[in-house]
Amino acid sequence: MDREEITGIVTEIMCDVFDLDELDYSDGLSAEVIEEWDSLSHIRFIVAVEKRFGFRFSSAEIEGFSKVGDLVDSIAAHIG
Amino acid sequence: MSDPFALPWLLPAPADFRARLKAIRTADPIDAGALRALVQTALDATQLEQASRVVSARVGDLAGAGLRPLKLGIVASHTAKGIAYALPAAALRHGLLLSVELADYGQAAQALLDPGSSLAQSRPDAILLALDAQALGLARPCLDPAEAEATVTRALDYVAALRAGARDHAGAPVIVQTLAPPVESLFGSYDGQLAGTVRWLIAEFNARLLRSVAGSGDLALDVAFLAASVGLRQWHDARLWHDAKLPFAVEALPLYADKLGGLLAAFRGLSRKCLVLDLDNTLWGGIIGDDGIDGILLGQGSGTGEAHLAVQAFALDLRARGVVLAVCSKNEDSAARLPFIGPNGGHSEMLLREEHIAVFLANWTDKASNLRQIAATLNIGTDALVFLDDNPAERAQVRQELPEVAVPEIGSDPADFTRILGQAGYFEAVSFGAEDRSRAAMYSANAQRAAAMTSVSNLHDYHASLEMVCTIAPFDDAGRARIAQLANKSNQFNLTTRRYTEADIAAIAADPTRFTMQVRLADRFGDNGMISVLIFARGAEEWRCETWLMSCRVLGRRVEEAVLAHVAAAARAAGAARLVGEYIPSAKNAMVRDHFAKLGFVKTADRADGGTEWALDLETYVTPTLPMILE
Repeated sequence: MDREEITGIVTEIMCDVFDLDELDYSDGLSAEVIEEWDSLSHIRFIVAVEKRFGFRFSSAEIEGFSKVGDLVDSIAAHIG
Repeated sequence: MSDPFALPWLLPAPADFRARLKAIRTADPIDAGALRALVQTALDATQLEQASRVVSARVGDLAGAGLRPLKLGIVASHTAKGIAYALPAAALRHGLLLSVELADYGQAAQALLDPGSSLAQSRPDAILLALDAQALGLARPCLDPAEAEATVTRALDYVAALRAGARDHAGAPVIVQTLAPPVESLFGSYDGQLAGTVRWLIAEFNARLLRSVAGSGDLALDVAFLAASVGLRQWHDARLWHDAKLPFAVEALPLYADKLGGLLAAFRGLSRKCLVLDLDNTLWGGIIGDDGIDGILLGQGSGTGEAHLAVQAFALDLRARGVVLAVCSKNEDSAARLPFIGPNGGHSEMLLREEHIAVFLANWTDKASNLRQIAATLNIGTDALVFLDDNPAERAQVRQELPEVAVPEIGSDPADFTRILGQAGYFEAVSFGAEDRSRAAMYSANAQRAAAMTSVSNLHDYHASLEMVCTIAPFDDAGRARIAQLANKSNQFNLTTRRYTEADIAAIAADPTRFTMQVRLADRFGDNGMISVLIFARGAEEWRCETWLMSCRVLGRRVEEAVLAHVAAAARAAGAARLVGEYIPSAKNAMVRDHFAKLGFVKTADRADGGTEWALDLETYVTPTLPMILE
């Protein structure tokens, strides 16, 4: 799966979890930009990504995510 | 069945969930039916939160949709926002219009022990006390036996103090939770034997907590059981606990919220009352009309036959705890009854017999119409029915016609039927008393009474033939749970629809300014148990009726005249001049609009809210002769 496919799926999950009608994906998106992104929906977002891609992040990986691009990189590394 | 967190009795959430929710959110007025149908599906945590937001935003619009309002306070020692955000949608699934008052994280003692706390001031109807093993000091072992005992006692004392605070300051019953044991062992199997291991501490705590709740008026959510049912390794998510103090895995939230919603509904008297069973391929394998009594699969060591027999055993167990059983089958009546009775006493393996079935409908009418008839015969609402049928087309027809009937998805393998029906928790209860033990028999007796009525020519003879004994007594401890149950369940024959908790009932029983009555009725077919509850406020001149309700099971038996004679005599003896009453209209109590007029009261006021006020002059009141013995 290439990075573009991953970002496509992540965008879908973000729309679902953050209840957005549309989203222009960019690696720099973060909780500061998306209003619905709070500590609780963040957890649901992570869990939804894990379920969709079929692996689990470590606590250290989760702590290392400051923007969506970091998460996509980590997904790519896990399923690569 | 592979996903342990799934709610398999519900239809899956629709693929276009967000579009549907958006349509509901933007419609004016709100389509309450569409929203209720949407939450009847297996929503995940995100979907529950989104649907809950719509519920909370449209509370005013939904208030008229026949839902029972309930304000829940939540006090937790861990993050509980996720629970608070998911609950309104999960509670709507169970017929409740829920609002949540969430105390600040980790402020359990302040919220419950301070009468001025915002939680206490919000006057919740119930308070969820969600404490974790860490907060209770039960998360680390202490292997000194005396210290282990003391540790459990300290934890229970803390919970008891919070429960007392909730009662005293917020006036609300508490929902306590058992603790899920940890996945990790200290020794292994030996943990269970050794006082002071975490597994031992939690097992002791749970057992003693549940014992302390029984009969207290508080409730318990058995989280330990929920966790066990999905598996402890799935339930606990150490990462989320360390990172965000979430008490369990995110995937477990829909199950937790559904079970809490069901418990709250049971607290409000909204549990289902009757299990309606299909026959072919539900109670036995095969088609009785085609395969005949020797051809159907039931027991006999066949896997399929044993699975169907297990369904019968479960139905019988439910009946023994007060669930009424009915049959609804597309069949010739004679064929359908064959296994129940038959030429040689029925099918030899049958556990269910005709006498267990309160209403037996086998015909070719559509099932929704038959379900309406079953409800009418039993004098209960269709919203009290659960319909068990292996045929997806029949289930869909019933869901379409009667969305208020609970229709579990039971899959295609009879081996799963019992488990899915049990997991769904339609018959959740918060107490179990003598009334519950004999309820199913009472409903069967009612069917016999209906038959008796056709054999006597007039009402007077019918009443005389019943040999009724009516017992009237003031509220007491033994009756408290049933009184509260009736006060919460009775909608139709209920003049004021005031709801009372067990604690309220205890307070009223002890209040010398109140006159209370619990009324029982027995007849030659059986004991109907407690069927009517009345509360009067005693005044010097007049006694005012605050609550008058009666079970519809005993409509038309002149019980209301008997209780009026009883209270009139007591008021007269106390020197009062009249009885006064009011009728407060609700969505369901039109049947008692003329109740006071029928009893000889004179209307004294028409209120702007549609209510009416009534008075009965005790000077001129004449006690009627009644067709029953009064005790």
